[in-house]
Amino acid sequence: MTSRFTTTFARLRAENRAGFVAYVMAGDGDTEALLDALPGAGADVIELGLPFTDPMADGAAIQEAGQRALKGGMNTKKALQLARAFRAKHADTPLVLMGYANPIHHYGWADFATDAAAAGVDGIICVDLPPEEDKPLRDALAAHGLSVIRLATPTTDDERLKTVAEGSGGFVYYVSTTGVTGAGIGAATDVSAAVALVRKATGLPVVVGFGVRTEEAAAEIAKGSDAVVVGSAIVSANHDGGTQAAIDLVKRLSAAVRGAMRDAS
Amino acid sequence: MNSRPNAFSQWPDAQGRFGDYGGRFVAETLMPNILRLEKAYEAAKSDPEFKAELDEFARDFVGRPSPLYFAERLTEEFGGADIWFKRDELNHTGAHKINNCLGQVLLAKRMGATRIIAETGAGQHGVATATVAARFGLPCIVYMGATDIERQKPNVFRMKLLGAEVVPVTSGTGTLKDAMNEALRDWVTHVKDTFYVIGTVAGPHPYPAMVRDFQSVIGREARAQMLDRIGKLPDAAVACIGGGSNAMGLFHPFLEDESVRLIGVEAAGKGIETGEHAASLNGGEPGILHGNRTYLLQDADGQIIDAHSISAGLDYPGIGPEHAFLHDAGRAEYLSATDEEALEMFQLCAKLEGIIPALEPAHALARVRDLASELGKGKTILMNMCGRGDKDVFAVAEHLGVGL
Repeated sequence: MTSRFTTTFARLRAENRAGFVAYVMAGDGDTEALLDALPGAGADVIELGLPFTDPMADGAAIQEAGQRALKGGMNTKKALQLARAFRAKHADTPLVLMGYANPIHHYGWADFATDAAAAGVDGIICVDLPPEEDKPLRDALAAHGLSVIRLATPTTDDERLKTVAEGSGGFVYYVSTTGVTGAGIGAATDVSAAVALVRKATGLPVVVGFGVRTEEAAAEIAKGSDAVVVGSAIVSANHDGGTQAAIDLVKRLSAAVRGAMRDAS
Repeated sequence: MNSRPNAFSQWPDAQGRFGDYGGRFVAETLMPNILRLEKAYEAAKSDPEFKAELDEFARDFVGRPSPLYFAERLTEEFGGADIWFKRDELNHTGAHKINNCLGQVLLAKRMGATRIIAETGAGQHGVATATVAARFGLPCIVYMGATDIERQKPNVFRMKLLGAEVVPVTSGTGTLKDAMNEALRDWVTHVKDTFYVIGTVAGPHPYPAMVRDFQSVIGREARAQMLDRIGKLPDAAVACIGGGSNAMGLFHPFLEDESVRLIGVEAAGKGIETGEHAASLNGGEPGILHGNRTYLLQDADGQIIDAHSISAGLDYPGIGPEHAFLHDAGRAEYLSATDEEALEMFQLCAKLEGIIPALEPAHALARVRDLASELGKGKTILMNMCGRGDKDVFAVAEHLGVGL
């Protein structure tokens, strides 16, 4: 079976453009309506955040969104229901869950993989499961054809990149800067060079995120990557202005990414 | 030294695992740092120069070795086994914490770090880190929950006197676990020049093993002192447990001494049955937090639950992975003591021994009382008096309804 990732990134290559990845936090605002509107607003891939009490890789915007979601009663099971509702209406857009190890560990690696697959999820980004620790989840997901999406960062050197590449699936998430989510983007030239290295080492599309907030930054990063992720800015727009404000922002950001000329790669 | 391949003292394995616990559960950004730290620590450990420097500062700056003391009047009061205190509360800065800070800051210096960060709950680890950083002229940033800053003003001022910057943490619930999250966020942001001094035997490998090694001076000294003073090993070694660094430091040199019962005392807060406690082993279950797999206080969705204890030093929802391992393996026993019991022992120890214990070891003393009767006369209990109670007098006065 061809994965939604393969199909999506092949389409983006054919269109000679980078993709746009929208991150939203499950349970912060009207997530069902927001998810439903994202493909139409130009999101090529969607990341659905799983809230956790102790999100040590996240900046203030996503931390607070997670706290609000938990206060509102969101949990892993309900987030999977949101994924399922999304998948029922959108057959083609890849959906990735992004979260931390403990809620998934507590759910049970195998049960989680089964339920995520049944909900139509395509991959998992587990921030605090580096390659050394992700085997139980990777094996559980592989049994259902789902991928563990690995992260690469500016601290990932050539040697380390081999470790990241081995067992990686779907795409690689390149964290553009050393810092937490929303911290600010690394220099575009550095990012583009790093993306090329990661792509070569892994043979996978490279998606860039952490700190892309504006249309200008998104367009700049789009030139040298396979897709651009925006999280904190969408989460903030959703909280400050509501679902429609978040959708409008996604429209603007995805248009900027679509309009960006791609560097030869 | 025992060198059986499966001996309790031989852990962790190459992956930083103590059986099913431990590991390296951190964001990818930190992995290269963690691996570099592991290498640097391995090299330092077998370098006689590093050891000589550590020993010299432990002696002249910290005041080691700490004495072994026969608590004669408490022994009489409890009416059973002889009770001995390892006096780590006499260390510079008033607790065992500095043993570890000294080791880590010397390692940071060796690795060329130019910036020290730490998390703190009650402020004891923050003060100890700020103290050693001051001595070596390194800038020090301490993350501390906003709630704890309010409760521990004297320690905040001490850290500032020592030149440290104290950063209030308002994220999450503004307590120790959030301070640790914030320190990890700082580290992710400043990976190149920063050394993170973790205060307990938790976190990603190599921290649990490294902190244990630096704290093992407690057990090594105490073991030799017991043999010297009474010509035999104690029948039980007892310590309180938050993250578990003083207990691990006491236990480790006794792990292969099968005759020595090892007993950790967790904080039962208002009682484990109330849900308001800090007893991860007695009231939690295995999970993943702050870089390691261990027992955690968590809800049905795997969300972390806030710990509660009268003692801010025990107020942490996890426990070092080596304790989780020793618990499951049955090598150590883990009991608990409530806030009320700790308050009672705090006062009793002050009146009978002329030692005001910190609220943390006051928890241990509550179980020493039971154990003294259980073991009976002629037996010996060694307890680590891991901190002095000066920092707690305001909190205790408040609990007792005394205005100061």
